[in-house]
Amino acid sequence: MSRPSLAARIARSPRGALCALFLAALVLCAIFAPWIAPYDYAAQKLAMANTPPSAAHWLGTDEFGRDLLSRLIQGARTSLSVSVLSIALSMMLGATLGAAAGYFGGLFDKVVTVVVDLTWSFPEILLALILIAILGPGLHSTAIAIAIAYLAQFTRLTRSQVLALQGELFVDAAVTAGARPARVLFLHLLPNAMTPVIVAGMLATGDAIVLEATLGFFGLGAQPPIPSWGGMMSSGTAQIFIAPWIIIFPGLVIATTVIAINLFGDALIEALDIRRPLRDG
Amino acid sequence: MLRFTIRRLAMLLPVFLAVSLVIFMIIHLVPGDPLEHLIQVGSSPEQRAEMIARYGLDRPLLAQYGTWLAKVVTGDFGDAIVMRQPVANLIAENMPHSLALGGTALVFSTTVGIVTGVLAASFRDSPFDRAVMGFILLGSTLPSFWLALLMILLFAVQFEWFPVSGARSWDALVLPALTIGIGGTALIARVTRAAMVEIASRDFVRVLQAKGVPFWRIQLRHVLQQAMLPVMTILGLRIGWILGGAVTVEYVFARPGLGSLLITGLAQRDYPLVQGCLLMLAIAVMLGTLLGDLAQAALDPRLREAMGVQ
Repeated sequence: MSRPSLAARIARSPRGALCALFLAALVLCAIFAPWIAPYDYAAQKLAMANTPPSAAHWLGTDEFGRDLLSRLIQGARTSLSVSVLSIALSMMLGATLGAAAGYFGGLFDKVVTVVVDLTWSFPEILLALILIAILGPGLHSTAIAIAIAYLAQFTRLTRSQVLALQGELFVDAAVTAGARPARVLFLHLLPNAMTPVIVAGMLATGDAIVLEATLGFFGLGAQPPIPSWGGMMSSGTAQIFIAPWIIIFPGLVIATTVIAINLFGDALIEALDIRRPLRDG
Repeated sequence: MLRFTIRRLAMLLPVFLAVSLVIFMIIHLVPGDPLEHLIQVGSSPEQRAEMIARYGLDRPLLAQYGTWLAKVVTGDFGDAIVMRQPVANLIAENMPHSLALGGTALVFSTTVGIVTGVLAASFRDSPFDRAVMGFILLGSTLPSFWLALLMILLFAVQFEWFPVSGARSWDALVLPALTIGIGGTALIARVTRAAMVEIASRDFVRVLQAKGVPFWRIQLRHVLQQAMLPVMTILGLRIGWILGGAVTVEYVFARPGLGSLLITGLAQRDYPLVQGCLLMLAIAVMLGTLLGDLAQAALDPRLREAMGVQ
């Protein structure tokens, strides 16, 4: 009897399936933003500034009279692409570094471990701010800063995975068959070590969305007029007394997205039958 | 315990050197001439020459780092370019506010987190436990700056219980500390609950139950005592995150503090100020982690022995 597919096993938990649907819808929104958004995200209508939610503007308008819903949809593009790309980059670099350190050992492993331990106790926001100090504010620096802030996590996890697999028979078999170290590492060890790393990456994407929003909120991320979820709230704080919806809705979207990612991650972990890769493990 | 403390302090030295080197390198890694990042626009050639001499900009990098570090250790961070005063003064003005906020948030998250975790584990699968689990999910995922804004909207604007911003009186501390505390509480509660549940399933607990020891006595005297170990481990690892939360939250509440100062410095590209703030924050994280380690060692003699043998 064949095992049910991964998708089928995730769908078994209604919560996981719901979260997957929500995330899929969000990604579609981000991809087709210009066609879905009811208004132009940059179109200013000062006469309509700070109007509360209405039939014309479902979520109201901001201090320049721009439609909040359109900006949120366009902002999904910025926030999601930056978070997903930076975590993907971080994961690739971290997995390569960690796998090589765990497999080859020696001085290289020592150096990697020392650097990873060094950055481990520092909160990501502080690491990201150091990098922004070097790279200057902007979308590209935000992506690089996030990628480097999470590097230690993936390096550490992959290294421990590879170390755990090193004694397995299939590794010995590959070595005996005459496979070169790079082949053993990338074709035999890494594929088997990657499942928890990918799940950790999925969960880290949620954290990255919050980090990206925080940097955007500080005014260090996407620069106007490009909307990002954090940046929208940043300009909204001045309007907090007269137009609280400017900060409520973007925050609600971030919160829902991050919670959905976490719950989907839980369903994924259950479906894959692995331990939750914890940062504080 | 004293020897352990000294050993752990000594281990911080290389970490401090590495972190300070990275922070020193910022002005050299930023594109452009480092001198331009350290000096006001339109400075006279004499002022430029003085700056070059002060930072040793004409000498090799490592020598420059030495000069810089020697000054930093004595509390001389140079002058903030935009605010036109010594960075050390700005830090001295702002640091007490950050310490008060970080300290309050830490005490709050630890006490409330442990109490919540113990209660949730003791009434496992009850509606209370489920509510706590929901709170843990929210508390560990919601962006802290958004929570801060909601707090302002609800408690400062709607109910007018607390001031919206600033740090003029003690009650201005409540909302920021609560905001940081929610994330910390969620973390501590999660770990406490998990550890309590795991330890309560061990054999010695069944023996205690069989001997007729009252439930709460088992939970508090025996299970909690053992559960404190993992809690302290996580606290030690994550203390930096709780303190780091202050950076974000200070900015939202327009509270004076190292975090607000750092964000201002970054926005103005005031590099001496940025370097000073980053270094102080890094030191705070290092000392916080050390504090967590010491608390752990005080609880667990095995750790002290392991260190002593090495």
